[in-house]
Amino acid sequence: MAKYIGKRLVYMLLSLWMIVTATFFFMRIAPGNPFASEKKLPPEIEANLNAHFGLDKPWYEQYWEYLVRIVNWDFGPSFKYKSQTVNDLINEGFPVSFLLGMEAIFIAVAVGVLLGIIAALKHNRWPDYTAMIVAVLGISVPSFIMASFLQYFLAIKMGIFPVARWESFMHSVLPAVALASAPMAFIARLTRSSMLEVLANDYIKTAKSKGLSRGVITVKHTIRNALLPVVTYMGPLTAGILTGSFVIERIFGIPGLGAHFVTSINNRDYTVIMGVTVFYSILLLVSILLVDIAYGIIDPRIKLAGGKKGE
Amino acid sequence: MNKRLSIFFSMLLVLSMFLAACSGGGDNADGGEKGGDDGGKSDVPQELRVNINTEPPSLNPGLAQDSTSGTVLRNVLEGLTRIGPDGKPEKAMAEDIKVSEDGKTYTFTIRDAKWSNDDPVTAKDFEYAWKWALDPANNSTYAYQLYYIEGAEAFNTGKGEKDAVGVKAIDDKTLEVKLVNPTPYFEELTAFYTYLPVNSKIAEANPKWATDAGENFTTNGPFHMVEWSHSDKIVLEKSKTYWDAETVKLDSIEMVMINDPNTELSMFDNGELDWAGAPTGALPTDAMQALKDEGRLVTQPIAGIYNYKFNTTVEPFNNVNIRKAFAHAINRQELIDNILQGEQLPAMAIVPPSMFEENEKGYFPDNDVEKAKEYLQKGLEELGYKDASELPAVALSYNTSEAHQKIAQAIQDMWKQNLGVEVTLDNAEWNVYLDKLDQMDYQVARLGWLGDFNDAINFLEMYRDADGGNNNTGWESKEFQDLLAKSATETDPEARQQLLKDAEAIFMEAMPVAPIYFYTNNWVQAENLKDVAVSGLGDVQYKWAHFE
Repeated sequence: MAKYIGKRLVYMLLSLWMIVTATFFFMRIAPGNPFASEKKLPPEIEANLNAHFGLDKPWYEQYWEYLVRIVNWDFGPSFKYKSQTVNDLINEGFPVSFLLGMEAIFIAVAVGVLLGIIAALKHNRWPDYTAMIVAVLGISVPSFIMASFLQYFLAIKMGIFPVARWESFMHSVLPAVALASAPMAFIARLTRSSMLEVLANDYIKTAKSKGLSRGVITVKHTIRNALLPVVTYMGPLTAGILTGSFVIERIFGIPGLGAHFVTSINNRDYTVIMGVTVFYSILLLVSILLVDIAYGIIDPRIKLAGGKKGE
Repeated sequence: MNKRLSIFFSMLLVLSMFLAACSGGGDNADGGEKGGDDGGKSDVPQELRVNINTEPPSLNPGLAQDSTSGTVLRNVLEGLTRIGPDGKPEKAMAEDIKVSEDGKTYTFTIRDAKWSNDDPVTAKDFEYAWKWALDPANNSTYAYQLYYIEGAEAFNTGKGEKDAVGVKAIDDKTLEVKLVNPTPYFEELTAFYTYLPVNSKIAEANPKWATDAGENFTTNGPFHMVEWSHSDKIVLEKSKTYWDAETVKLDSIEMVMINDPNTELSMFDNGELDWAGAPTGALPTDAMQALKDEGRLVTQPIAGIYNYKFNTTVEPFNNVNIRKAFAHAINRQELIDNILQGEQLPAMAIVPPSMFEENEKGYFPDNDVEKAKEYLQKGLEELGYKDASELPAVALSYNTSEAHQKIAQAIQDMWKQNLGVEVTLDNAEWNVYLDKLDQMDYQVARLGWLGDFNDAINFLEMYRDADGGNNNTGWESKEFQDLLAKSATETDPEARQQLLKDAEAIFMEAMPVAPIYFYTNNWVQAENLKDVAVSGLGDVQYKWAHFE
């Protein structure tokens, strides 16, 4: 196990280095610079700024400096937001996105799994169709439409929730639901199909013939096995949702991390682009590793070390 | 049968959920909110909630360079002058202003005023702030706003000394400023945010004083910043130490940062904001017509222009008649009525009417197709073409945005209908786009320009030199340059105004730019909110604002 994790960590560092390198070069190839604006700067000032931020150095020096910065976890100042460093942006934005994301994941998993189970157990009867129609809507309605829809009906028309902003728990409900709707639908469909598959297995018949109660069969034998694909999906989902959604955060005016992924690129805010990319990559890589470890716990058939086959 | 029935019922179930949501409380859309319209005046809470769109990039006046930062700064700090509700500069931190005979030396007497930590506001605070912004080590991108001061440009570009900059605190109360040229709008400039003072005692001790609210962020303006939650909101409260505190009626201002026009309007409709739209936020374009019909939309012209620039270095736009043909063949009023819908003004001149009144009519009639055809014919002959179809392929460039795209499509169509010229559209992401313009890699390109101060020179000077950073057209003219040079030293305001008008006439005769429309600001505001001052440049001040 330890050997396996060690090996995975080495691969993670390697992937991270590749991501950082690719980002660095793509970002520099893109035309434009952080100081471009409709009102052009006098050339002397622009040269001065380039020198200050080290943009006049040869690319390999800048590249090396970036690597050193990442290792030290100090991404430097933002080009655009002069009152904050990139570390500030991440430290302030991430907890907000994290909280919202956890709420959304909770909704997505709880409702999604529940819908999937109901649909599978009542296969081809009305609860199945209802659950699946909800799921199709959840997947096919884009999140920004879902968001505006929720705002219009639940906030403006019914006045149950505030329209936007990030102040209290009530403020977080609508964005969390909007954020959760697509993954919730996806999870519902995943759970349903894998439940159906598992229900057709011989060991379920065996369990039935042993005289086990329906509840025990469902909980102990079916759900546990049927959740494997859901767990797989949880890795990228967690990383994606926890780092915030640009669209949802924008519509609900939430001061999370999501906005920086897009605006930093528009602003050519090099340090922020690098910072959020590295941060996101680490989160993604770690959550994928956690998922792989979780496999072994849920399904004893999967051996992480995989040494038996004699590689 | 059974199966079909259950599918049917499930769909019904889901549908009914939607319908239930739709029909719920359909008509309390804009009731409520206005509780107690006739109560005593003082009972109304004086708490303003506005949207400022984004995090202000910097609240250090020396580093600020955008309108969001400007909005916050203008309300928490105060310069030598402040633009009054009538749009004219009035004395603020300066109690008295003396101008020398030649118009080049200003002597400001600072009034008895205090910073929010009870430090006195001194002349040194101004000298310190201006020199700090000019110091090349501080990388201020807006330092060129101070280039009117003697020695400022030299110091900022590393060619001069700090001590040679023409701003000096003679004593605590007297600030002497020497200018390069007599600058009739200098008094107004001292209200601009790059000219705001900084508490030198604090800034010298703590260079990072402007990064957060707190005891280091001292203010001398009508409001004081009590909270700055980055990317979320800024809270201002009425300042206790402001010299004119009795004029200030608002107790607090909450500035939230919502960067979505639809959400902004929804929050306004839901009573969560007191103001939606320009100048601090934006309204969704789809909602304009409806708001106008309901009589809620407020429209105010501002000093800004939306242009199509021609690349005068390549065929066919190296020919003045071709440029004129394209400029005449645009139906601006139709664009405004059908696409923009914000009551903008058709622009047939380059300086906004707030500066040159007669520019409401401009230099040529809007949508003059006959004239356009004549110009086209002349241009084709001069270039040696028989027919418009022989012209080199024309591309119209704009930066990616729905609004720019709609305008470009309409104008593409007008040029095809009126001139028979096929034009292709070409869009690019903002930064890529600016890069293309810099390299003159375009034929016709859209660009906007907003005035920084209320003077025509602001809209003319960028076309002085072909290689100037904001010219982008490759056009220059000796005559135009001479007139601008003369205007810089002319001390008589009337004569100066005339010189600038003559310069504009030369520019319009050469038409390196096809003006499209003059900007307006559009917004909705709470009915009982009064006296928010929005200047002709679109700057907003809350000093006089109050709820009734």
